Amino acid sequence: MDWPYLIASTVKIVVFAFMMILPLVALSVWAERRVSAAIQDRVGPNRVGPLGLLQPVADGIKFLLKEDFTPNHVRKGYYWLAPALVMIPSLLTCAVLPFGSSLFGEKMVIADLDVGPLFVFAIASLTVYGIVLAGWASNSKYPFLGGVRSTSQMISYEICLGLSVIPLIMIFGELNLGRIVQYQAENGWALLPLWGEGLSLKGFLLAIPVFISFIIFTTSMFAETNRLPFDLPECETELVAGYHTEYSSMKFALFFLGEYAAMIIGSGLAVTLFLGGWSLPFGWLTPEEGAAVPIWQGLVHIGVFFAKVIGFILFFIWIRWSLPRFRYDQLMRLGWVFFFEIALANVILTALILMFVK
Amino acid sequence: MPPTTKELEIADSAARVSQELEGYQQTTEDLVGEKLVLNMGPSHPATHGVLRLILELDGEIITKADPDVGFLHRGDEKIAENMQYNQFVPYTDRLDYLAPLANNVAYACAVEKLMDWELPARGKAIRVLCCEMARISAHLLGLGAYAMDVGAMTVFLYTFTEREKIYDLCELLTGARFTTSYTRVGGQIRDLPDGFLDQLNTFCDEFLVQLAEIDVLLSRNKIFLDRTKDIGVISKEDAISYGLSGPNLRGSGVEHDLRKAQPYLDYENYDFDIPVGEYGDCYDRYAVRMEEMRQSVKILRQCIKNMPDGAINVEDAKQRVPGKEKVLMSMEELIHHFILVTEGLDAPAGEVYFGAENPKGELGFYIHSKGGGVPYRLKIRAPSFVNLSILPKLLEGRLMSDTVAILGSLDFVMGECDR
Repeated sequence: MDWPYLIASTVKIVVFAFMMILPLVALSVWAERRVSAAIQDRVGPNRVGPLGLLQPVADGIKFLLKEDFTPNHVRKGYYWLAPALVMIPSLLTCAVLPFGSSLFGEKMVIADLDVGPLFVFAIASLTVYGIVLAGWASNSKYPFLGGVRSTSQMISYEICLGLSVIPLIMIFGELNLGRIVQYQAENGWALLPLWGEGLSLKGFLLAIPVFISFIIFTTSMFAETNRLPFDLPECETELVAGYHTEYSSMKFALFFLGEYAAMIIGSGLAVTLFLGGWSLPFGWLTPEEGAAVPIWQGLVHIGVFFAKVIGFILFFIWIRWSLPRFRYDQLMRLGWVFFFEIALANVILTALILMFVK
Repeated sequence: MPPTTKELEIADSAARVSQELEGYQQTTEDLVGEKLVLNMGPSHPATHGVLRLILELDGEIITKADPDVGFLHRGDEKIAENMQYNQFVPYTDRLDYLAPLANNVAYACAVEKLMDWELPARGKAIRVLCCEMARISAHLLGLGAYAMDVGAMTVFLYTFTEREKIYDLCELLTGARFTTSYTRVGGQIRDLPDGFLDQLNTFCDEFLVQLAEIDVLLSRNKIFLDRTKDIGVISKEDAISYGLSGPNLRGSGVEHDLRKAQPYLDYENYDFDIPVGEYGDCYDRYAVRMEEMRQSVKILRQCIKNMPDGAINVEDAKQRVPGKEKVLMSMEELIHHFILVTEGLDAPAGEVYFGAENPKGELGFYIHSKGGGVPYRLKIRAPSFVNLSILPKLLEGRLMSDTVAILGSLDFVMGECDR
């Protein structure tokens, strides 16, 4: 057995998943409430702890103490399974995200897979089972409609999501997220090719398909995480609470937190693919690949990664509280007729640029 | 194969009851032809109160919609038969509870028409002020709730901030924020307080700024346009034949506003426009309400500028309760006070109908008097009730998601609908 590797992985899992992602989930719930309050000229929760920062803790205690009610008419096994199926994939996908360069000679990624994006899509698409099961097992009409909607929505937008990443994979020639970030650190972020090899005609031309990809990726991310303006599976004014109408207490909390976890992982992926992950712009403090990194630099890189992710989350929140909601058929049309076609054309455009521009 | 009828197994007990009671039967010809009967309401986030919609869904498409009203029925019309005219004023607060001031005014005007009284100029101007404040308040809520129904939560809170200011003004004017009970037959309970007009003027300034912001958020928002354009189209003919009134009628392009058509309270002296829509879709109704608020501000400004001095109430020693100091000091007034409070007005026998242009439409009071202080029959023509009648027609064949957009754009209040 490779004990040092196992120990290092365990430490990374505990530190990253349980001491960074989960607190970040709590923090984004708090940020959602405070930022939405700021947008809406309200105060927001400000009683529990300084600036209301302990509000998520209070919410969590409330969720735990509520009666864990299981209605009589549900299919119990599936009903109990569904919340877990929403939460687990969200946390699993964080395994391949490089959240820093390296610390004590250890790469700051839990699993340095060579098929990072594929792993993310494979696992992330499992989330839909949780939602479908929740809608189906609840054996009630509003959750049923919510479940049906989310199935079609998530499956449709997964295609756009996958297609939007292909141009990037073609540009990087790489599926390892760690090396993708390293490449961007040295040669300019995919969206901002202003240094290294990126500072060339080819780099600028490639920024066009990358930008289109970014728009599609971000929009699909909204749809995948069921956030407004795509929150049709749970749109409260039509379907009461959609697929989790029949859930209460901690089971509801798992849906709730799963949504935020998915949002964070999605932001992390977008940051990694488009905005250079943990790297600073203009190649500042960029280590050679595989070279030893001073501890302070490693910490700065982790900080940079989370700063970018938090920026992205704020963007998510800002959009949510500014826009109305799509109608179901409009959403599907947008996905299949508009984004799907553009993403396909975008792949071809990238291929042409890569082929003809030296 | 002949069509067969199939009973669906539905766990939801309320839906099953409705199915049995109202004889819903699904006729299926093929395997996928089962329809879903969905109970929307009476407690549902989008039904604005206690409206219950029984929707028959084929997938996401509504094949039949059946509004079930009456959950908030209090028997207001019967109650009115058992009390004196003035005692009914608080009940009018609870009709369209988003615009209690306008209801108070409409009711008082109806009884005054029966009594054949004419208010002094200042009294009329104050009533116009009340009506327009109520209109802004009600339209703001309708707009906010509509925006929230299609997912724009922030607009809802913006409108509530403004409504809060109107509530403050109401409190200043009447002493109550919500249940104002401001009018009495033949006048108001009190004159405008000091500085009220200045505060109202400040509100108008702030309100227009906020309204512009809401306009920016919604009016050209692509998602909002997609959700509202060509949805819930009411043709001119339908609007008239279903008896719609208010912004729902004008949204369909019929230029009919009682303030212009049959001016009351000297509305003919005010300069304002009647906005009308073009297609009668949800967006037109939204746009009409937006513009009506601006016109209301225009009327309010004219009120503030030209507020006449003088009495606010009808001066009729036999029919109006005299002032408190007079009651305590003079024999004659004490007697009148006693008679008026115990026996009520001495209303003439006859029948009158008075319709006022309320925020939701034409709120009418039909009073049948056989003389004395109590109406023999009082019928309330509730605009929300009439406007709701077109709902089944609008919903049929639309998507489930359009339900909320259409409900929101019709802007009804169940307190008035069920009365």
